[in-house]
Parts: sequence; structure tokens; C-alpha cells
Amino acid sequence: MKKEVIRLENIRRDFQVGDETVHALRGISFSITEGEFVTIMGTSGSGKSTLLNTLGCLDTPTSGEYYLDGVAVRTMDKNQRATLRNRKIGFVFQNYNLLPKTTAIENVELPLMYNPSCSAALRYQKAVEALKAVGLGDRLLHKSNQMSGGQMQRVAIARALVNDPAVILADEATGNLDTRTSFEVLVLFQQLHAAGRTIIFVTHNPEIAQYSSRNITLRDGHITDDTPNPHILSAAEALAHFPKQED
Amino acid sequence: MNFANLFKIALKALSNNKLRGFLTMLGIIIGVASVITMLAIGQGSKRSIQAEISEMGSNMIMIHPGGDMRGGVRLDADDMESLKLEDLEDIQTKTRYVTYISPSVNSAGQAIYGANNTPTTVYGVNLDYLEIRRYKVEDGDTFSDHDIKTAAKVCLIGKTVVDELFPNGENPVGKVIRFGTIPLRIVGVLQSKGYNSMGMDQDDLIIAPYTTVQKRILAITHLQEIVCSALSEDYTQEAIDEISEILRTNHKLKASDEDDFSIRSQQELASMLTSTTDMMTVLLAAVAGISLLVGGIGIMNIMYVSVTERTREIGLRMSIGAKGRDILAQFLIESILISVTGGLIGVLFGIGAAIVVNIVAAFPIYIQPWSVFLSFAVCTLTGVFFGWYPAQKAAMLDPIEAIRYE
Ligand SMILES: Nc1ncnc2c1ncn2[C@@H]1O[C@H](COP(=O)(O)OP(=O)(O)OP(=O)(O)O)[C@@H](O)[C@H]1O
Ligand SMILES: [Mg+2]
Repeated sequence: MKKEVIRLENIRRDFQVGDETVHALRGISFSITEGEFVTIMGTSGSGKSTLLNTLGCLDTPTSGEYYLDGVAVRTMDKNQRATLRNRKIGFVFQNYNLLPKTTAIENVELPLMYNPSCSAALRYQKAVEALKAVGLGDRLLHKSNQMSGGQMQRVAIARALVNDPAVILADEATGNLDTRTSFEVLVLFQQLHAAGRTIIFVTHNPEIAQYSSRNITLRDGHITDDTPNPHILSAAEALAHFPKQED
Repeated sequence: MNFANLFKIALKALSNNKLRGFLTMLGIIIGVASVITMLAIGQGSKRSIQAEISEMGSNMIMIHPGGDMRGGVRLDADDMESLKLEDLEDIQTKTRYVTYISPSVNSAGQAIYGANNTPTTVYGVNLDYLEIRRYKVEDGDTFSDHDIKTAAKVCLIGKTVVDELFPNGENPVGKVIRFGTIPLRIVGVLQSKGYNSMGMDQDDLIIAPYTTVQKRILAITHLQEIVCSALSEDYTQEAIDEISEILRTNHKLKASDEDDFSIRSQQELASMLTSTTDMMTVLLAAVAGISLLVGGIGIMNIMYVSVTERTREIGLRMSIGAKGRDILAQFLIESILISVTGGLIGVLFGIGAAIVVNIVAAFPIYIQPWSVFLSFAVCTLTGVFFGWYPAQKAAMLDPIEAIRYE
């Protein structure tokens, strides 16, 4: 049996807005094993981002247990969760969130800067490897404002990879990109999946679910659907059928 | 997270915003530079006054006939002649705190040599006078004790008088000049001392044996003044007390009588003058300190804006593992870097400005090492103090909200 990376047990998350309580998550339970590529879908306001924040140890659930790589997260304090994020989680955001006026390599090195056990030489070496893995081996010294959206998202993915995380969390990672570039990024995620990475990918686009190994659908803070995908489509093939771009 | 990395991150953030960093620094630069310059000017004038006073003899004590005039004008003729040679001799034999002592009688008049003449003052004194006032004989020799006993018609003359009477550069030693009607043979020329802090030409004088001035010029038997020097500056008060006691006994004053003489010390004068310059220094430094404060508030303002502007960046850093204290440290280091770099440039500018003041306005300056260290320390503290609140605000941000911030 494969190793369990994530286990959620009856996770609830309530927000207090004035006198009202918003129930963003109403008892979510599932587990994800190593090497899965899970897409999370659902209508706007269904709790996808809240769930992802919980998985990313940015938010603590109101009740329920969360185990990341066998570690109970709920009882951890702020600093412990920061360290956990630094070692076990890679985030990819919709709007890339690269540091402005900063080179690709420096952006990718950033998570390792907050890891005192990582030497400067090792940091550089790992960042170069991560950038090569996303196909930007020749763009190390490009600054964030000198790159296209697709390139910036690749840098962000490299940054999420660099600490060799237990799970990569992506919130609408293709939301800001055109269809073709979205597929290029999707190809990258599939490559990572093929390399054995565990990926959780939040998206609005139902098409993307066809390229993942499992799809979870949320509605009003409940899981309404959780199905494995036996026929994973190849994003690379889909990309090959796209009309050629005029350069 | 180690300090070197935080330092790198802060440096990077600053270099991304060079112009803003520099403008923020400007407040600190101006603040520190003005503190340094003002202190240099204040300390410079204090030092030059102190130097002049010690040049005049910082342990000098002056005894005048007549009581303390501060209570009102007193012109009792007896009082004005209360100092006698016996008083001087008594002080000389009984004292423990006085080293040199000299009578002084002086007369203003015209000094004449050939066709040249100049108004000047002749001081009748003994040889101790040269020690007390720190005059040195440059050419020739001093007069002797024998000259004093015999009221010899000899004198020492100052450089200013030499220049007036011997404009062609002749050697004045051995020449006979006249002071009024009295001929005086020049035995020596005094080394120049220049002007003192009150603008008096210390070279415009003739020094002669007091007996000569008393008998031949003034025709008096009393002394106009007694000058002496205390063992050292620290013993001035003891010396004054002792002299006062001796004089009261000599003058047969009852306990209820007021002094018929007055004693003043150079030290009194010195502390009066330096307290004025001290006050000036404090005032100047206070004004400069306020500009440093304004610079600090400038840092706070910019750091505050910077935290708001970089909310997303802070959120990102937190989401990839930065702890609150890492963020706090980063922003603190940024503000300290601004203030310390500003301080460093300010110190250089301050020293430069002080030197310019010195060269252009010929104003005495003194750059006290502690003033440099102090402004530097104040700068660092300014950075910490004014950077703390914005940095704290950054560290307290919620990563989820921060990363969504538009
Ligand atoms: N910090 C918060 N305070 C109060 N309510 C919140 C907060 N964050 C989320 N919510 C509420 O929780 C619910 C779920 O929000 P969430 O952002 O998870 O939705 P989502 O599925 O990511 O939506 P979208 O697809 O539009 O991004 C919403 O009703 C939202 O209003
Ligand atoms: Mg969302």
C-alpha cells in the first residue's frame, strides 16, 4: 500500500462575520496517498480555497483532525506551522506571487532562505535543478517583470518544488493564463505527477479534471463527489493538436 | 532562519527601492550631519577659549585693593591703597598653595624711540610675573633681582611695541627707549603671545621692575595689584582662602569688617566663559537633535508605507515558511540599515561641513570622538525605535489575508 500523505477527519471551518457564522467547511473527510494528482472543483464560495488553506497549514480548522505526512497539524502553534510549510508544502498561486524586480533564481531560492540547515551552495544548486525541471534552465537571471505569465507561473512552480515538498498545492494555477499556456502548465503538472509528486489542484475548469488522477467536488462546504479518473488524458497530446501560434 | 540570510533579504529589498531608501536616509543624513557640525563648532570654541586661558595661566590669581565692587561703587582712597609690599612678602613666606607671586603696578603712556612713538602700558613687576603670565624672553635676557633692588631703568618689551618703535628691523636689545620722560634700556624682547580671547593684544606692553615703575614713573609706595599662581588649577580655592586670611590679619580687619581687597581667579573667568559656550553647544545640539528626530519619523513613515505596499510579499514569505519573527527582523534590519547608512554618510558630511566652516569662516572646530559615536548609536536606536512599529505590524499580518491583498 502507498504512503498516506494527507488525512482529513471531519474538518469544519466556521467564520464569524459580525453576528453570523459562515460555515465554509462542514465536515470534510478524505485521505490522499503519495503520487496522486487530485483536482478540487466546485462553485464559487463552495470552500475550495478554505480547504486548500487548511491543507497548506495556513489556516487551522475549527474542529476535526488533519494529518500531514503523519504529523497532527491541529495542535501546532504558528511557528511550528511555518516550519511545516517550509519543509513539506509547495504553493502555487493564481497570480504567481513572485517577488518584484527579482531574478528567477532568487525567487526560487526563497523558501530555502528560510531553512537554516540549507547552505548557500546547496540552495543555488537546488534552485537551478528546479528551474531546469520546469524548462527555464536558460532563464535563471531573468527578472520577474521580464517574463511572460506562463514563464512566471513556471518559476512559481519551480519555487514550489525546490524544498522537495510532500505535497504541491495549487489554487487556480492556470486561472490567469490563456488556454494554450494553461495547457503548457498542465503538461508540467502531469510531468511532476509522472515523477511521483503529490499534487492538489483547485480549479474552476471542469476540463482539467480529465488530466488528473482523481477529482473531488465541493458544494457548500460538503464533498458531493470524489471519483478516481481511470482514463487520464495527456495534456501534451492535447497541446500538440492546438493550432500553431504565429511567432 | 539565520541572520546572514535575513540581512541579504533586507539588503535586496532596499536595493529594489534605491531612490526611496536614499530619500528616507536624507532626513537622517541631515540630522546627524548637523549634530556633528554643531558639536564640532561648540566644542571648538570652548577648546580655543580654554587653550587661551591656560596660555594666560589657568592657575592665576589676581588680588586687587578695595572691597568687592559688586555691592556698589566704593572709592575710598584708603581702600584703594590697601595693598602693600609687606602683604606680598607675608603671602610669600606663609603660603602653602602659592608658587609664584608678583606685585603689579602699571602706567599707560607713550613709548618713544627716535622719531617713532606708540601708546602702550608699562607693567612694573618682579621676575615671577613672567612665569605667572607665561611670557618667555626671546631675545636678550630678563632683568635681575639687583635691577629690582636698585630700581634700574631697564625693561623687556613686547613684539607689538618692537614693531612700532623699530620698524626697520634693528635689534632692539641694548637700545634705550623713553617711556614718557623716563629712559629705559631694553634688556630683552618677549616672545609673541598674540591676542587673547577677549581681543586684547598680549604683545602690546613693556615690562619693568616694579620698583622702577613705583618710584620713577608713578611715585607711589602701594601696589595696584598682586598676581600669583596657585600650586595647580585644583588648588586655586585653597590658595584664595589662604591669601584672604593672611591679608585680613595684616590689615587688622575685625570679623565683622568686609574685605578691603578682592581676589579673583582665572579659573572663575574660565568657567564663566566655558559655561557660555557649553550652553551654546547644548542649544545647537538640541536643534540638531530635533532634525534627527524628524529623520526618524521619516523612516517610520516610509517603513509603514513599505509594509502596506508589500503586504502581498509578506503574505508570500509567510506562506513559504517565514515566521513572524523573520518578517519582524527583516523590516527592522531594513530600517536599521537605512538609519545606519544615513548615519555614516551624515557623519562624513558633518565632519566635512565642520572642516569647511573651519577653513572658510576660520572658526575653531573640534570633532569629539564621542559625539561621532553618540550620533551613530542614536541613529541605530532611531532605526530600531521607529522601525519597530511598522515591522511589528508586518509580522502580525495574517498570511491568508496578506497574500490576497490587492
Ligand atoms: N476570512 C473569511 N471570513 C469570513 N468568511 C470567509 C472567509 N474566507 C472565506 N469565507 C467564506 O467561506 C466560504 C468559502 O470561501 P472560499 O474562498 O473557500 O470559496 P472558494 O470555493 O475558494 O470560491 P472561489 O471559487 O470564488 O475562489 C465563502 O462563503 C466565503 O465568504
Ligand atoms: Mg478560491
